[in-house]
Amino acid sequence: MQRFRIQYNKDAPLQYIGNLDLHKVWERYLRRARVPVAYTQGFHPQPKIQQAAPLPLGFLSQNDLIDVWVEADENEFKEDDFFIHLQTTHQPGIEILSVKAVALNSPSLPTLILSSLYRVIPLDPLNLPEVQNRLKELLERNTIIRTRRNKTYDLRPLIENILLRSLPDNCLEFQMQLSAREGATGRPEEILIELRLDPHAARYVRTGFIMKE
Amino acid sequence: MDKRTLVSRLERILPTVEKPGRYVGGELNQVYKDWDSVKTHVALAFPDIYDIGVPNLGLTILYHLLNERQDVLAERVYLPWVDMENAMRQNGIPLYALESKTPVSEFDILGITLPYETLYTNVLNLLDLARIPLHSSQRTIRDPLVIAGGHAVFNPEPIAPFFDAFAIGEGEEIIHDIVNTYQAWKEHPTSRQDLLAELARIEGIYVPSFYEPEYKEDGTIRTIHRLHPNAPAQVQKRLVAHLPKPPTRFIVPSISVVHNRVSIEIMRGCTRGCRFCHAGMVTRPVRERNVDEIVSAVREALEATGFEEVALLSLSSSDYTHILDLVSRVAAETSDHYLTISLPSLRIESFSVMLMEKLRGSRQGGFTLAPEAATERMRNMINKPISTQQLLDTAREIYARGWTTIKLYFMIGHPSETIEDVQAIADLCKAVLAEGKKVIGKRATLHAGVSTFVPKPHTPFQWVACDTLDQIESKQALLKRELRGPGLKLTWNNPYETLMEAWLSRGDRRLAKVIETAWQLGAKFDAWQDQFNYAVWQQAFAMHGIDPAFYTHRQRSEDEIFPWDHIFSGVRKAYLLSEYHASLIEKTQNDCRQGCFACGILPKYADIRRNNPGSHWKCPEVPRRPIKVNIEQTA
Repeated sequence: MQRFRIQYNKDAPLQYIGNLDLHKVWERYLRRARVPVAYTQGFHPQPKIQQAAPLPLGFLSQNDLIDVWVEADENEFKEDDFFIHLQTTHQPGIEILSVKAVALNSPSLPTLILSSLYRVIPLDPLNLPEVQNRLKELLERNTIIRTRRNKTYDLRPLIENILLRSLPDNCLEFQMQLSAREGATGRPEEILIELRLDPHAARYVRTGFIMKE
Repeated sequence: MDKRTLVSRLERILPTVEKPGRYVGGELNQVYKDWDSVKTHVALAFPDIYDIGVPNLGLTILYHLLNERQDVLAERVYLPWVDMENAMRQNGIPLYALESKTPVSEFDILGITLPYETLYTNVLNLLDLARIPLHSSQRTIRDPLVIAGGHAVFNPEPIAPFFDAFAIGEGEEIIHDIVNTYQAWKEHPTSRQDLLAELARIEGIYVPSFYEPEYKEDGTIRTIHRLHPNAPAQVQKRLVAHLPKPPTRFIVPSISVVHNRVSIEIMRGCTRGCRFCHAGMVTRPVRERNVDEIVSAVREALEATGFEEVALLSLSSSDYTHILDLVSRVAAETSDHYLTISLPSLRIESFSVMLMEKLRGSRQGGFTLAPEAATERMRNMINKPISTQQLLDTAREIYARGWTTIKLYFMIGHPSETIEDVQAIADLCKAVLAEGKKVIGKRATLHAGVSTFVPKPHTPFQWVACDTLDQIESKQALLKRELRGPGLKLTWNNPYETLMEAWLSRGDRRLAKVIETAWQLGAKFDAWQDQFNYAVWQQAFAMHGIDPAFYTHRQRSEDEIFPWDHIFSGVRKAYLLSEYHASLIEKTQNDCRQGCFACGILPKYADIRRNNPGSHWKCPEVPRRPIKVNIEQTA
């Protein structure tokens, strides 16, 4: 058995699918690509694949990661083979960037993720100084207590960095670095709400991860 | 609305609705063509949500056939769920097709499939959301041609005013005739009336505005007037001589839908002649695909989709001539892939257990059998003769081979059914479970799915009354009382939904205004338990002074002219009547592969068969003349 880490972009055709559905898309993609995916043991064998971090519905993703276990040894199936199998198989909404072998015993992918990077673009024109002010006030607060799905949490320590820049036509773009540790995941739409912006009227792209060495 | 505005409005509302993946298209294997590169644009609609519509095989076939043409594009349309509908209406977004996001009203042809009747209010909602006038008579040359097909349209009358034309029977060839006729008309588009007149010349096309029923005082039909010289006295269903190559590039939805699988039709039609069965009557004669074609279609489809399940579809899998060979080869084809293969509609015999065992991969579900009735008298009446002993023997074997759940399908409300016949359903279920307990103890479970019979047009039971609410409720109460306890599970249909299906199934043209009013009062998604609203329907009937019991609970006289008599399924009314008579004396009829009983399908389509000979036709060869003799034998 071998383990591979795939780096990929998730584009528009898969924008509105959830995590379980994305898992299914990968299963079928790998099956079509004739990759000899390993299955779990037991009564209901499942393909052994693991995503890095769940992505909210409606988000696009760049430099995303997924681990795949393959039932073949190094001589039968190499990184390049895997890459070519995927490249030559069509899957709308997935663009393969790289395939790398990783040690079977290395830590699981989700435990390696420290922070997520986001680009958030509100759809409507906004007043830059006004939003800058709100952002400054937000970042000056010691705690930002919010309630999500009946759970109260502090958003402030999850914010590692937020930059704001202007785009043409009076539009703005946020660049955010938010904690993505287990049980401590910052959500960019929560920040928009705190900035008194409509969280639904925005485009979200997760652009990458900051990972443990 | 231009496409850019539509797409940008969509971007704002999609994050606010449930399962937005339903509304965006872009799935694997969708066909996207440049709008201006083709002459004719067809929107294919399933009048329910994406989740139900995507797996529909009929539309899948038409989608691929049309998109194979260089001069045509076909795109898909489904209804938005309630939350999305509200958001679309609030934001002025018209119904659009998924591939190009073009509003439905900009297409040349809108084809709607109607596999069952409880979609009728959804049709009105669909037209309204698409901003197409509801009535054929109100449409202008700028509106799309609105056509329906599917099993329900063998009685098109309740929805006649809403459609320009109906395609009766099989769609694979008629779809091209429709498009070709449309294209010829479009060269010099005169009036809509001219287009309909040309369409009426196509065999299998019914243009409802060219007919007008006249009623007697008692509400039944005196006669149906033809209003146009091109309108045939009887519209004969279309039939394809060869089942064309099955579609294999199935759309692979990115979100989970009701059936996430490859579906390959192995056979069309059925020779069993169950008297309640609409599909068994209207899809005659039987034609089979050959094993090689099916196996290579399965292989191609798995490669094209990556699906984890394959369904081999037909009305009666066990009757497929080379079923064992087929099952062995399909199983071999897929053995390495952790796939599930489903084979519906198996006969109640040990051979079926063996077939299922060959297909059983790593996953284990229940084993489904459909005895439909529990006493031999009832089973003779409906012409599904199997003995109770045979059922028990088969059940024992199923449990012994490792299945822990058996699902049995029954119907209550068959003609002349008594409460003893219903009690027998409970007794039989318990007897089957007892067999299971003998073999595997407490792990054995039994699931009884008991629906209520709705008499359908074009069947031997088209004359009979549907059970009343009281009858249904007392029968269901008995079953609920009897079928409880460890290992037993019972599911049943809402009796009010049964009544709705009953009036829609055998309704006439006067029902159209009831349907329209019900929709105006808020009826839609009638097939959804949480959306169906019986009170609204009652109100609609009352507003038009029509008694639904006329359609549901009335025993028809044998000489009654039915609203659907001018639609011909190929099975003669006289044959249906003789089958009805046979049911009254509990006389069964053999599988007609063994000998022809002259239902009428063979002489009617004799030319097609003669011009396309082959072993795929499974009705017996009948020489032309002796057919008359056969009729006398069965009479």
